[in-house]
Amino acid sequence: MIVENKRELLVKKIAAHGFMLVFLALVMFPFLVVISISFREGNFTTGDLIPRNPTLEHWYLAFGLEYTRTDGTVVPPPYPVLLWMWNSIKVALIAATGVLAVSTISAYAFSRIRFIGRAALLDSLFIIQMFPTTLALIALYAVFDSMGDISPVVGIDSHWSLVLVYLSGVMMHIWTIKGYFDSIDSALDKAAAVDGASPWQTFRMIFLPLAVPIMSVVFVLVFIGVINDYPLASILLRSEENLTLAVGSRLYLNEFKYLWGDFAAAAILSGLPITVVFLIAQKYLVSGLSDGAVKG
Amino acid sequence: MSELTQTLPPVSRPLGMIAGKALVALFTLTLIYVAYTVYMIGQPLFGLLVMIVALVFFFVFGLRRFYFARFIFPGIATMVLFVVFPILYTIYLGFTNYGSFNLLTFQRAQEVILEAKTVDKSAAVPFAVAPEGDAYRVYLGDESGGFLSAPLALDGTPATVDAEPVSTSPAELLERRAAIALRTGLAEVELILPDGASLRNAGLREFAPITPKFELLENDILRNVETGALLTPDHEIGFYVDEAGEQIAPGWRTNIGTGNFERILQSEGIRGPMGAIFIWTVVFAVASVALTFAIGLILASILQWEHLRFKAAYRILLILPYAVPAFISILVFKGLFNQNFGEINLILEALFGIRPDWMTNGTLARTMLLIVNTWLGYPYMMLLAMGFLQSIPQEQKKAAYLEGAGMIRVFFTITLPQIIPPFLPLLLASFAFNFNNIVLVLLLTRGGPDIPGTIIPAGKTDILGSFTYRIAFMDSGTQFGLAGAITLLIFVLVSIIAYANFVAMRRAARKA
Repeated sequence: MIVENKRELLVKKIAAHGFMLVFLALVMFPFLVVISISFREGNFTTGDLIPRNPTLEHWYLAFGLEYTRTDGTVVPPPYPVLLWMWNSIKVALIAATGVLAVSTISAYAFSRIRFIGRAALLDSLFIIQMFPTTLALIALYAVFDSMGDISPVVGIDSHWSLVLVYLSGVMMHIWTIKGYFDSIDSALDKAAAVDGASPWQTFRMIFLPLAVPIMSVVFVLVFIGVINDYPLASILLRSEENLTLAVGSRLYLNEFKYLWGDFAAAAILSGLPITVVFLIAQKYLVSGLSDGAVKG
Repeated sequence: MSELTQTLPPVSRPLGMIAGKALVALFTLTLIYVAYTVYMIGQPLFGLLVMIVALVFFFVFGLRRFYFARFIFPGIATMVLFVVFPILYTIYLGFTNYGSFNLLTFQRAQEVILEAKTVDKSAAVPFAVAPEGDAYRVYLGDESGGFLSAPLALDGTPATVDAEPVSTSPAELLERRAAIALRTGLAEVELILPDGASLRNAGLREFAPITPKFELLENDILRNVETGALLTPDHEIGFYVDEAGEQIAPGWRTNIGTGNFERILQSEGIRGPMGAIFIWTVVFAVASVALTFAIGLILASILQWEHLRFKAAYRILLILPYAVPAFISILVFKGLFNQNFGEINLILEALFGIRPDWMTNGTLARTMLLIVNTWLGYPYMMLLAMGFLQSIPQEQKKAAYLEGAGMIRVFFTITLPQIIPPFLPLLLASFAFNFNNIVLVLLLTRGGPDIPGTIIPAGKTDILGSFTYRIAFMDSGTQFGLAGAITLLIFVLVSIIAYANFVAMRRAARKA
């Protein structure tokens, strides 16, 4: 395209923008509709796409507040959305911290310490990591069901059980962080070793401070992953006040109690913070994703 | 730790070491205790594994020569305990009858059967409750006299008290309704009459002599106290059976060998839908990867075009579907596609006068699943493609254009061949992900619409993973054994994909 025909270029430009706009309209459609529904009256209304009598009812309910309609009826919030959100955030923060600690330490060992069977271990862990947790659901349920007899803390319907299982998802992140550590000049740790630092001290004083950027990427990745998890949370959590957002939100669109409008408001309220976190972090996340995947 | 060794005087170092050793010993003991308890409550395999972890922990942290292993111990331990073991154990369960009818261990099942009681209705006496301060007395009899118990708290703790004969009923008796409100407390009360007879609450109005229905003979055989009939434990099927061969619930979990696999192979009602589900799983995964890859690549190519303006804005809007939590988007689509009050049908009806039955027509439901999955997945492919496109040297493209090649031709002869090799491991990973994308299926369709004529619930949109999930945790009752058997099949398939992915990754890494 060294020799550009101006007219041809213009046509191409219009075509490209046209395609993008049509595609974007299709992609954005669900978002726009959900925003509109959250202000629309009632839960069934098949009215206009732009609400005729906008109401804040669904938003009051999503925030856990009672809403008094103009005819005086008081509507109680159907589900504790904010509590579910707090559960999700709590579990995700604890799990992300744990995964970060475990995977950073392991990544350091795999990157810097030569021990017998290191390559084999790395390979097998990589393969294990490809097996989805969904394959383990039944046994996890059985084990935690039994463990509940020892203490409800590690039983069914406990957030700690959930955190324990999420902790096991470290492998992917060990690879990501190991790739990062591999790129750190080995002269640094040799200098530390000459000064008499133990491997732990080298890790603590040299590698940890250097790893802050990749650690924040991993932290956000785990955080989002945990918030998005449905299968595990759905089998390990039972009572309504313990549910995470992913499990709880499903209750809104129950065949027998279809709360489309209430769901719309709750979905925006709970989805927005996570979306914003993701968009801020996405630049780093994406490079982390492909780096971690390709570096052997 | 490092600060400690630097700042503390040398004298305290042995102290710190002793404290460290004590901590290691304490933690090991705790783990061993957990292992023992888990072993005792019916998870011997998991108990054994915790035991091994405890011992390894002790050696790794207790002995200097395993110093290096300390760094990787936590990661490996959690992986083994909560990924490797559960997957293998799930498959092992495929060889057992574990499920809602066979949930307990043999001991617990026996205890439950032994707890069965016979109520002697002929000797039942009406009761009333007499309040006395904070406590209550149970009165058995009528106005002309009966038996009055010692005071009881009736707070739900089991209590055995004597009842003494009295000639008149107590002055104050609770209303029937108030007495019924105390029934959880009453259920735990055993009254002993002067003649030694033991009476328990039997229904809302009466106390009656209640005796155990079965007694335990040797070899775990149970005898019905009243009729003398014998129940023998059958460890092959995990049930007590009477002389007529009837099974007595509850059963216990036991190894039934390849029973579940035979069931899958022999029963047309399971084998048929499973074949259909397997084919759909592969089609779904392949189509999802192909669609998201194609759309992602097209968008990335356009975004890469030097003459395009507003790139940043397009990019951020295009990745929105990836940024919004998937469970929310999927549920939003579930509502939008709703046949009766969904906005999609509202628009389609206004424009074309049609109302497709997205949820009840199998083909449409599968189409919907693919539409939603493409919407969810294309941004990831687009982001990756943008990265890979940048690594293609511009000179080659320019040279091709100079030679007179068109845009399409350049794309297929220069861009695509250079992009595919580094993309391959990621495409395989995406295939593996979609192969088990049960979140999408469970949240959007729950597998429906159902395939007719099946023994276990199986739907047109079910993939193997969601099918297993439904057998294990939903509608059909919890058939863990059968679900475990199907998990083995998925396991084998995933192993193949995982190995292929591993090889592809190796090749990509070697080239890079």
